[in-house]
Amino acid sequence: MINYLVEKEYQGLVDAYEKVGGDRSALLNNDIASLIVHENKILSATEIEGVKLTGESQEHGIMAGLLIEEGCKVSRPVHLCFGILPQEGLQEIGLRVDVRKGAEVKVIAHCIFPNAVHITHKMDAVINIEDNASFSYKETHYHGESGGIEVIPKARVTLGEKALYENTFSLIEGCVGKLDFDFEIFSAARSVAEMILKVCGKKDDVIKIAERVNLNGDGARSLIKTRVVLRDRARAEIIGETYGNAPYARGHVDCIELVNGEEAIARAIPIVSVTNDKAKVTHEAAIGSIDRRQVETLMARGLDENEAVDVIVRGILR
Amino acid sequence: MLTVENLQLRLNGKLVIDDLSLQVNNGEILGVLGENGTGKTTIAYLIMGVNGYKPTGGRVIFEGEDIADLSVSQRAKKGISLAWQEPARIEGLRVRDYLKLSGNNFGVEQIKQCLLMVGMEPSQYLDRDVDNTLSGGERKRIELASILAMRPKLAILDEPDSGIDIVSLPLILNGIVELNRQGSSVLLITHNEKVMEIVHRVSLLCAGKILITGAPAEISRWFKNNCRTCHHINVPADEDKQL
Repeated sequence: MINYLVEKEYQGLVDAYEKVGGDRSALLNNDIASLIVHENKILSATEIEGVKLTGESQEHGIMAGLLIEEGCKVSRPVHLCFGILPQEGLQEIGLRVDVRKGAEVKVIAHCIFPNAVHITHKMDAVINIEDNASFSYKETHYHGESGGIEVIPKARVTLGEKALYENTFSLIEGCVGKLDFDFEIFSAARSVAEMILKVCGKKDDVIKIAERVNLNGDGARSLIKTRVVLRDRARAEIIGETYGNAPYARGHVDCIELVNGEEAIARAIPIVSVTNDKAKVTHEAAIGSIDRRQVETLMARGLDENEAVDVIVRGILR
Repeated sequence: MLTVENLQLRLNGKLVIDDLSLQVNNGEILGVLGENGTGKTTIAYLIMGVNGYKPTGGRVIFEGEDIADLSVSQRAKKGISLAWQEPARIEGLRVRDYLKLSGNNFGVEQIKQCLLMVGMEPSQYLDRDVDNTLSGGERKRIELASILAMRPKLAILDEPDSGIDIVSLPLILNGIVELNRQGSSVLLITHNEKVMEIVHRVSLLCAGKILITGAPAEISRWFKNNCRTCHHINVPADEDKQL
């Protein structure tokens, strides 16, 4: 009976994963590392050479570990899938990522809550990318249309010398619900960090995003790029912080919030600071309605106004 | 095809377009030549129906219909389009998708051809975004390529030569001629006499008024001899209206 239930959950989650753009075959392929978690159950875990996946079930979630061994260049992306299929639930993910010296890996993660009415999903991640290592992480969420979900991803990322960290977080399908995103990065010399967030809020969604980069090593570089579109009564507050603490550190904060609803509220707070006279940090933020010239440019090609707005919004979130 | 009658526009109390009349015939390229600040772009906006540019007098008639109350997209659907002097940048919109918007169901080969006609190598541009990573000249050329992909009945080209390097200018002009050859009438706005070489007739604009209309060589000569040395671009003297 237990096995039957697990199989049913597995199929349900994989089906949902595929519906939101995931590659089902990747989860079934033993040559691709993957981890599938439903509520607090690890439904499937596939390791490959050089990639160690660990998982331990907890009362309301799991503790997971991803280790990429020194010098290992993982040729195909690691796939992670977290989700809850019922309407209610709590999922707490503790994630420890270690990318050893000179290793390279890409991770594609899907967080799926298609029927959420009263769900909380928390992730606490500690990510350690050692010298000359590369870690690219792309996370896509799907929350269904009710908006009855609270998502709280938090991470502390440490970059070694010449390490590369790329993080793309995308929540553009369905309703956001409540999002409380909080990431902080500590960068060593000549490392590169790039964080891209794309979120589309609608109805009564509440979006809070805090991103901090501490450029602590010589020549460390970073980009925080945030794109948020708000419709209906959705609200967003985005705080992008970058601190240039070392010679030749270079950081840029780039935030665009498009407001496409009379009751939507957008707020952006870029904070840039340097404590070294050879560091340079810049920011740009644009908040407001969709640019009329852009709309008319597309209308002049025959699109209706609503179609033109859709093209612009899709572009911002692409 | 297009008849503009006694058009007038007042903006903030200032008369910007003053009793302006012009006509674009089916199959022709009509040039509108004028110095900076004479109202060239305003004419383009009035004909296209851009927000904030509603005539305070006169009529714009396209294929026999007064289009004053139509939106930009309604005018586009009737066959009018505009290549902007400073085209908007749109993040995340790829060049290939921008060129496909025109509704001609062009395949990728036809899209490539439109880029080649404005001197752009398709492999370098198809998957780039129409955003601020493009130079001003590149963006202008893509704007013209999108008009080539749309093949409107009437193309309004607002200074298609500005920001274009000297090597690429002949390609741009060839592209406009090809657009016309494929059936589009063209209203070509410029302050560059060189561009007048490809038009059939030219109307000379001064202070929001058409002073004269005639053959390109004749108007270019008049423009060079009079407008370039004129100290009252926005307040023409009556005698300037005489050839």
